[in-house]
Amino acid sequence: MDNMMETAKEYQEYVNQKSPNSPIWKNCFNAFWIGGLICSIGQIIFSFCLYKGLDETTSGTIVSITLIALSAFLTALNWFNKIGKIAGAGSLIPITGFANSIVAPAMEYKSEGYVMGVGAKMFTVAGPVLVYGISSGIIVGLIYFLFNAQAVLV
Amino acid sequence: MQKIGKQTLKFDLKPIILETACIAGPKEADGPLAKYFDECLEDEMWGEKSWEKAESKIVKETVNMLISKSGVPSDKIDYCFAGDLLNQCISSSFGLRELNVPFYGIFGACSTFVEGLQLASVFIEGGVNYAICSASSHFCSSERQFRFPLELGNQRPPTSQWTVTACGAAMLAKEGDGPKITYITTGKIVDMGIKDANNMGAAMAPAAFDSLMTHFKDTGRKPSDYDAILTGDLGHIGKDILIDLCDNAGYNIKSVYNDCGVLIFDKLTQDTHSRRKWMWMLCKCIFWIFI
Repeated sequence: MDNMMETAKEYQEYVNQKSPNSPIWKNCFNAFWIGGLICSIGQIIFSFCLYKGLDETTSGTIVSITLIALSAFLTALNWFNKIGKIAGAGSLIPITGFANSIVAPAMEYKSEGYVMGVGAKMFTVAGPVLVYGISSGIIVGLIYFLFNAQAVLV
Repeated sequence: MQKIGKQTLKFDLKPIILETACIAGPKEADGPLAKYFDECLEDEMWGEKSWEKAESKIVKETVNMLISKSGVPSDKIDYCFAGDLLNQCISSSFGLRELNVPFYGIFGACSTFVEGLQLASVFIEGGVNYAICSASSHFCSSERQFRFPLELGNQRPPTSQWTVTACGAAMLAKEGDGPKITYITTGKIVDMGIKDANNMGAAMAPAAFDSLMTHFKDTGRKPSDYDAILTGDLGHIGKDILIDLCDNAGYNIKSVYNDCGVLIFDKLTQDTHSRRKWMWMLCKCIFWIFI
C-alpha cells in the first residue's frame, strides 16, 4: 500500500472514523420501551393468573409458555424479525428472543429435511446459550454446594 | 497475448462481449437499474421449494436467455465459466447440468464474474470461438450460508451490506460486434486486517486500490483515459475509502468511478444499509477496458 496507509493499524483507525456507528441512543430507547412492553405483557398475564387463584410458580410458568408461544407464532408469520429490527436487545433479551432463535433456524433448515435439517440445525443460534448457560449453572451449583454442603445434605 | 508490467495481460485478438443477459430479483427490480434487467422476478422462490433451487433456476434461465439472445447454438459453445456463493458452487452446477458444455466452476466471491471473464478471455485469445461466463447470488441462500436465518430478529449495523438476488451472464466470442476486452489486470490478495464481517467494503477496498494502481502503472494510463471505472460491491463506505486511497496516491478517480453495489439499490428507500452486489463488473480481481 502506498504512503499514508502504511500499516494495518493506521488503516483500521481510518476505517473506524469512516464507518458510521450504530445509532446507539435510538437503539437503546427502542430496546427500552419495546422490552418494557414485552415485560409488561408478561406481568399482566402473571397478575391475571394470580387473580384467577393460581399460585406464583404456576403463574410464572404460564407467563413463560405464553410468551414463548407468542414469539414462535410471530416468527412463523415473519413478523418477529421486523420487531427485532427495531427493538434489538428489547426483543432479544426476554424469553421471546430465545424462542425466536430456535424457531427461526427450525424454519430455515426445514428444506434440508427433518433429521439433518430441522433436528440437527435447530440449535445453531441458541446452542451457545444452552452450552454456556447450563455449564455456568452447574459451576454455580457446585460452588453453592461447597459452601452450603451441610444445608443441602440435611 | 503478452504480459506487460507486473500483473497485466495485453490481448491481440481482443475477445468480444457478444451478448449479455441477466435476471434479477424483486428487490433489485425496485432499484434504479431495473430497466436494464432482461427479466425481473416477482418473488424470491420462483416456484421452487428452496432458495438454492430458485438460484439454480435463475442461473439456468439466464444462460438459456443468453444463448437465445446471442443466436449462438449451444453445441458451438466451447467452454462455460460459472460460479456463485454457495458451497460446491451448487447453483451453477445444478443450473447448468443440462447445458452439455465443458464447465469450469469458479469461486471468487465478489470477483467471480470478472474472474470468469478473465479466464474466458484468455481461452478466446488461445483460439476458442465462444465461451460463456456467468455468476449468480441469492440474498436468502447466502444469508443462510454465511449469516443467520432470515426470521431471526437481529439488528444489522449501518456498515452491513445486502447480497443481490440475480444472475448475470455474458457470451464471449472471437469475432463479432460488441465491447472488446483489451487488457486484464489480475489483483492480488490484499488483507489490511479488517475483522468486522459487517464491514466488507472496508475489507475489500485496499485490494481494489492495489489492483487499480497496478493497472495504471502496468498500462501507463490514468483515470481520465476511462469512461467508467467500476468496482463490484464495495458499497458506500468502501467506495468512499477507495476514492480517498486513490486521492492519497495522486489519482483522482472520482469523476469516472462508481460501485455497482451503490448503483443497484437506493439507499434511502430500500433499507439495504451499505448494500452490496457481487456480480457484474470488477472487484479486486481485474479491470477490463472497452474500446
